[in-house]
Amino acid sequence: MTAPLQEKSFQQAVLHLIRLASTDLSADVEEAIRQAAGNEPVDSTGRKVLDLILENIALARKQATPICQDTGACSYQVTLPMGQSLRQVERLIQEATREAVKKSFLRPNAVDAITGTNSGDNVGTLSPYVTFHEWDRAAIQVKLMLKGGGSENVSSQYSLPQASLGAGRDLEGVHKCVVDAVNRAQGQGCAPGFIGVGIGGDRVTGMLMAKKQLFRPLADVNELPVLRDLEARLFRDLNTLGIGPMGFGGKTTVLGVKIGGAHRTPASFFVSIAYMCWADRRRTLLFSGEEATYA
Amino acid sequence: MHELQLPLSDADIRALHVGEEVSLSGTIVTGRDAAHTWLLGARRTEVADLLRGSLLYHCGPVVSKSAAGWSFVAAGPTTSIREEPYEAEVIKNYGLRGVIGKGGMGPKTLAALQAHGAAYFHAIGGLATLIAQSVHRVRQVFMLEEFGVPEALWVIDVQDFRALVTMDAHGHSWHDTIRESSEGMAQQLLQTPRKKPQENSVRP
Repeated sequence: MTAPLQEKSFQQAVLHLIRLASTDLSADVEEAIRQAAGNEPVDSTGRKVLDLILENIALARKQATPICQDTGACSYQVTLPMGQSLRQVERLIQEATREAVKKSFLRPNAVDAITGTNSGDNVGTLSPYVTFHEWDRAAIQVKLMLKGGGSENVSSQYSLPQASLGAGRDLEGVHKCVVDAVNRAQGQGCAPGFIGVGIGGDRVTGMLMAKKQLFRPLADVNELPVLRDLEARLFRDLNTLGIGPMGFGGKTTVLGVKIGGAHRTPASFFVSIAYMCWADRRRTLLFSGEEATYA
Repeated sequence: MHELQLPLSDADIRALHVGEEVSLSGTIVTGRDAAHTWLLGARRTEVADLLRGSLLYHCGPVVSKSAAGWSFVAAGPTTSIREEPYEAEVIKNYGLRGVIGKGGMGPKTLAALQAHGAAYFHAIGGLATLIAQSVHRVRQVFMLEEFGVPEALWVIDVQDFRALVTMDAHGHSWHDTIRESSEGMAQQLLQTPRKKPQENSVRP
């Protein structure tokens, strides 16, 4: 059995996690944007856009105000020890969410899909969305991703074969789907984007796998050589599209491509593409006893 | 850089061309998904005077309220293309001189810009904290109870709000130009048979 969870300090730790996710971009994401800015010609529109984005990131961090007003859908991946109540953790996450809205770290973003009423506190059916896993450690790990609606709207899912693209049920077919998806997205998802790809699974687990890729550090190298090669090839190819920052044109259309697979049924071959805007807001909390560390 | 003081005239708009930067100052109104349906549901006289000659900003802000009233904390643009079915009529009915948004809009809106003397001003998506600095005052808000914070119509005073003209009143859209060229590249990538994998220094 685990020690009883210190509710107050856990809730405060989750609140701080939300604050970091919304107002302070991860170092690897910011560095990728900085590098991209250096690659765009001086005085080009793409360069100006990326420079302003970097200015905005710095100011948001300094003021602790949201990088983007669309603080998105909040999704949590919680890993916890045996015996820890799931309901308790979910309730504390909801409480922290309500507090984060009051402190303007989050926008009230949960709209009842049937009535159109905004719940006002970001809490509603499947919102925030929390998934749980168990591990052998005594600590609780909480991963949070804030994903804006604009980038979610240009995320997509293909069922192979796809005759219109000449895409069959292989990695060549996957490549074609990703090229098509990013080309269709243009600047709508706030390019340059981070692309998470899930191969296989079903319509739910395929997209879940795609979104999980977005949690991988940018420097992370795929352990499967075929996927490592496909990630590199897509990164190169997508940046030849010329869509550029905000869709204004330029060399930088994507900042990262990460791919994972899940077992599928023989009948299905889905390619799920999670498009994440440049404001790739994901943060991790490790809570052990009353100590909280953040990454 | 065109420095524009709102409200705008037909001549102000016709002087603008795709690719030009503007600095906007004056009173504008936010409006996104729910607002467009509402604006077309009936003639909304309470906002009509505010919209005439002004701009509709596709934005759902993060706000805070203190004793001094409302203020904008984060206020970047939202994706405009969702309003494509409605925008032409909103521009026509309310005498808007354009919209501020991101991602650009389609042929129906482009035709309306030309017909009614309006322009599409592109703000940078995600530049929420920076743009909020140019919002100096929240004058009033409409439909806050009904639509909630992100979708209400906020009447705000902006100073030196920077944007780029990406669709003008002369029938030009930067977005069409970019799409045509990226479409060509995409077709090449879709048709090129797989080359032998090669080592490269590009990090995925």
